[in-house]
Amino acid sequence: MIIIKQLCKNFRKLKALDRVSTTCNKGECIALIGPNGSGKTTLIKAVLGMVLPDSGSITFNGKNIADSWQYRDEIGYMPQIGRYPDNMSIGQVLDMMKDIRSKTTALDTDLIRAFSIDKLLDKRMRTLSGGTIQKVSAALAFLFDPAVLILDEPTAGLDPVASELFKEKIIAEKEKGKLVLITSHILSDLDDLVSRIIYMQDGRLIFHKSIAELRNDTGEEKLARSIAQVMAANYE
Amino acid sequence: MNKIIKYVISDILRNKIVIIYTLFLLAASFTIFGVEDNSSKGLLSLLNIILIVVPLVSIIFSAIYVYNSAEFIELLVSQPIRRKSIWLSLFAGLAASLSLAFFIGVGIPVLIYQANTIGFTMVLTGIVLSIIFVSLALLASVKTRDKAKGIGSVIMLWLYFSLLFDGFVLFLLFQFSDYPLEKPMIAVSALNPIDLSRILILLQLDVSAMMGYTGAVFKDFFGTPAGFLFSSGILVLWVILPLWYSARKFDSKDL
Repeated sequence: MIIIKQLCKNFRKLKALDRVSTTCNKGECIALIGPNGSGKTTLIKAVLGMVLPDSGSITFNGKNIADSWQYRDEIGYMPQIGRYPDNMSIGQVLDMMKDIRSKTTALDTDLIRAFSIDKLLDKRMRTLSGGTIQKVSAALAFLFDPAVLILDEPTAGLDPVASELFKEKIIAEKEKGKLVLITSHILSDLDDLVSRIIYMQDGRLIFHKSIAELRNDTGEEKLARSIAQVMAANYE
Repeated sequence: MNKIIKYVISDILRNKIVIIYTLFLLAASFTIFGVEDNSSKGLLSLLNIILIVVPLVSIIFSAIYVYNSAEFIELLVSQPIRRKSIWLSLFAGLAASLSLAFFIGVGIPVLIYQANTIGFTMVLTGIVLSIIFVSLALLASVKTRDKAKGIGSVIMLWLYFSLLFDGFVLFLLFQFSDYPLEKPMIAVSALNPIDLSRILILLQLDVSAMMGYTGAVFKDFFGTPAGFLFSSGILVLWVILPLWYSARKFDSKDL
């Protein structure tokens, strides 16, 4: 579904992405893992067209995404730090997004109900706590029932209850055959979610393996322990 | 695209600054027309206020607005919308609301007291001037990521167009006073939209008779239909060029 070929991006002297190539298919739940500053968010933003690569290409459903925008209709994106216009209320933000997407099919309001956002519709974005903003971002990402979900550090600010509800929702969507891309440092959260792992470091993609392969290679049962082993081996 | 313009305009109109700006213009215009017994003289006083205040407010307000909408822009960029239409909607929203503010604040009093060609020219150039400085503000804010630096550069731009440029022209005139400079001056005036607007309006007023030989050359050129077309064309270019360049920059900007 998403094919990335030889993607390079430099921010001045810093190599944020260095010849990254990989393929992501339908029905997979892929975890993007790597130390801070390894290029995970840059890779995600490149797929979304928010960061324009210096070289290389990204194909979405067989079409190159350069100079194209329609493909974003099939992506739900939850940013690491959701930033919304300060003086809009939650209800206005939701209405605006519905208006802009103008989707004719049914909306997926599961998360709005699960996080009881519908009780906060009049609250201004400026007055919300970090966790509530995360909830709004999550609800927006799932609202339009997109084929691809890109979640950047989704569980970082959520309370345990919300985090569990959210994980259930991700699993349900994966079962429906959607592609889910997650970055997270909380490896225990990923354990029962992901089917594949992409490991990045210093802008390079070190490996892209299924969970089973990773378990085989490292001899560890838990994801957290196998990643810790990989990370320690690559740490300088 | 229309949907985004709608959100931008409703957001700006909720902003008190634009309302205060409108009320200020309204108060200034009515006071001037009320104090001066000759409304043609009133128009001249009003012109001086417009040429200082309109560019200043347009450029600073637009720049601050674009910087404060960083979140909004970021949110939209990850949605299925063309980047160009986000940028152009932002421009259209700003230009429309500032032009509306100017039209209410200056246009209505002028049309009450001076509903003739001069009045119309003034209202029209005021609106075009508002739009030009919105376009320049967009250019400055897409070039610099840092808000303080961006607003600083916008103030410098305004200073340049309303003060420094005139000083530079005067310097040129004195240095080369032995040469016939009247015709090159026409070309130089095209480099500054504020000067161009001032000339356009002054030539419609009787005071242009007192501007000496340069005034006569200017009248010879700008007074003709061809000259009028030339100056209008230049003003439109002042809108389009910065806007086109900033839209191109925004298209390839990393967010």
